[in-house]
Amino acid sequence: MTISTPLDVKRIRADFPILDREIHPGKKLIYLDSTATAQKPAAVIEAMNTYYRQSNANIHRGVHALAEEATASYEGARQKVAKFIGAKNSRQVIFTRNASEALNLVAQSWGRANLNPGDVIVLTEMEHHSNLVPWQMLAVEKNLRLEFIEVTPDGLLDMETYKKCLSLQPKLVSFTQMSNVLGTINPAKEMIAMAHAAGAVAVIDGAQSVPHFAVDVMDLDADFLAFSAHKMCGPTGIGALYGRESLLEAMPPYQGGGDMIRKVFLRSFTPNELPHKFEAGTPAIAEGIGFGAAVDYLSSVGMGQIEAHEQALISYALERLEEIPGVKVIGPEASKKGGVAAFVMDGVHPHDVAQILDGEGIAVRAGHHCAMPLHDKFHLPATSRASFYLYNTIEEIDHLVEAIYKVKKMFG
Amino acid sequence: MDDLYREIIIEHYKNPSYRGELDPHDISFSDENPLCGDHIRIDLRVNDLGVITEAGFSGHGCAISQASADLLLESVIGKTLDEVKAMTKQDILDLLGIELGPVRLKCALLSLKVLKAGVYGLDQANDNLVEE
Repeated sequence: MTISTPLDVKRIRADFPILDREIHPGKKLIYLDSTATAQKPAAVIEAMNTYYRQSNANIHRGVHALAEEATASYEGARQKVAKFIGAKNSRQVIFTRNASEALNLVAQSWGRANLNPGDVIVLTEMEHHSNLVPWQMLAVEKNLRLEFIEVTPDGLLDMETYKKCLSLQPKLVSFTQMSNVLGTINPAKEMIAMAHAAGAVAVIDGAQSVPHFAVDVMDLDADFLAFSAHKMCGPTGIGALYGRESLLEAMPPYQGGGDMIRKVFLRSFTPNELPHKFEAGTPAIAEGIGFGAAVDYLSSVGMGQIEAHEQALISYALERLEEIPGVKVIGPEASKKGGVAAFVMDGVHPHDVAQILDGEGIAVRAGHHCAMPLHDKFHLPATSRASFYLYNTIEEIDHLVEAIYKVKKMFG
Repeated sequence: MDDLYREIIIEHYKNPSYRGELDPHDISFSDENPLCGDHIRIDLRVNDLGVITEAGFSGHGCAISQASADLLLESVIGKTLDEVKAMTKQDILDLLGIELGPVRLKCALLSLKVLKAGVYGLDQANDNLVEE
């Protein structure tokens, strides 16, 4: 089967040391779980290694050479990340532990300061738990009302229900730009404009979108964007929150500690300026530097190329998976989604599918993928999920399909 | 791999002997594995001597969790509640006859956890019930 994609995947695969690994005797790794976490290119691993071997020091306060180097690398990474998402200024990029912490930061800082009992927050039924639970916690604390944009049977957001939600004059709308289960790419720009017209602040969960296609916060006109480094070839332990500067300036600090202060007295403090106001304590310095190396790597490949490659993979995968009797992929058609194929098989639990695929060296995920309400909506306790990134190939999808036939045979 | 899906496991998964709810019952308990959403309910009938006379499980889950529930209930018919309280992780592994990694172990142990929580009359199940 010859399918053309715009990437020289063979060359890209050589950048990822782990892809050479044999998982079981004679079975090479076929990694189809990048939606959970992406593999890391040598450039990212080396950037972190170099920091620890040559420049390790705490940042911002020291005047010695190592502290200067470490600070320059860490703040340089912030500038790279800011540029990657089209932010005007790196002051608008706050480093967090991950996208989850970025969303919690908005809920706890902006939400607590700006929301009052009875206020409405609009979410969607396809959210990851990270974009549900922080708002549920705040709703209980402040007696807020949560409303949901519904998901249609083919896995798209129902815009009529969005309009109904907006008629309630919500203060905040928060939604994922790309579903981690359905793969659905939501019309974020249009939805943000609608939120703004209704007077709401718009928060985007970019955990799945930022790694897979070009996201520009200025073009989207987003108020907040949350994302994680580890899903975009970077290390775990670091993510980012982009925020509109006027909103960030007006927000109270999130956590207290070193680095987030300007002056401290025994009974009070004044906060530091952006972005440090939101970064208490020694941050994940090596990971920040690794994050910078990851966006350099993705930029060198080209986000447009990555998007087109994944589009070719998902189109082929849906075609092949749907030809298997008893297999059903959930979510919309290929043109409306990214490289995520969550599927169910008649008579076989997703855990068993994943286990048998593992025996073939194929890594997929099984479970509810941190989206229990979405699975409830589709009346599924769990799904198996294959997801693709820049290093995956058409041949790997062929192996996946062969292995699924093997599962069918075992369960007869 | 083929070890993990030994014939006995596939057989108990596809044709369980103890699937179903018992109504009325003397003991009933249910719980889920929050990692994967597997859900198991176990109902028991117990005679005056504290001996389990009938048992049934319901819910959904993978082959490992469902087969282990079926094998477990088969093994507890005729046992006293005190004997069930003394059961451990090893009893389940012996029934299944396979080695399991930490993730699938949770699947295999869910039924014992539910059973023991029910027998002890707990409000909520916890992992201490199945850890040695």
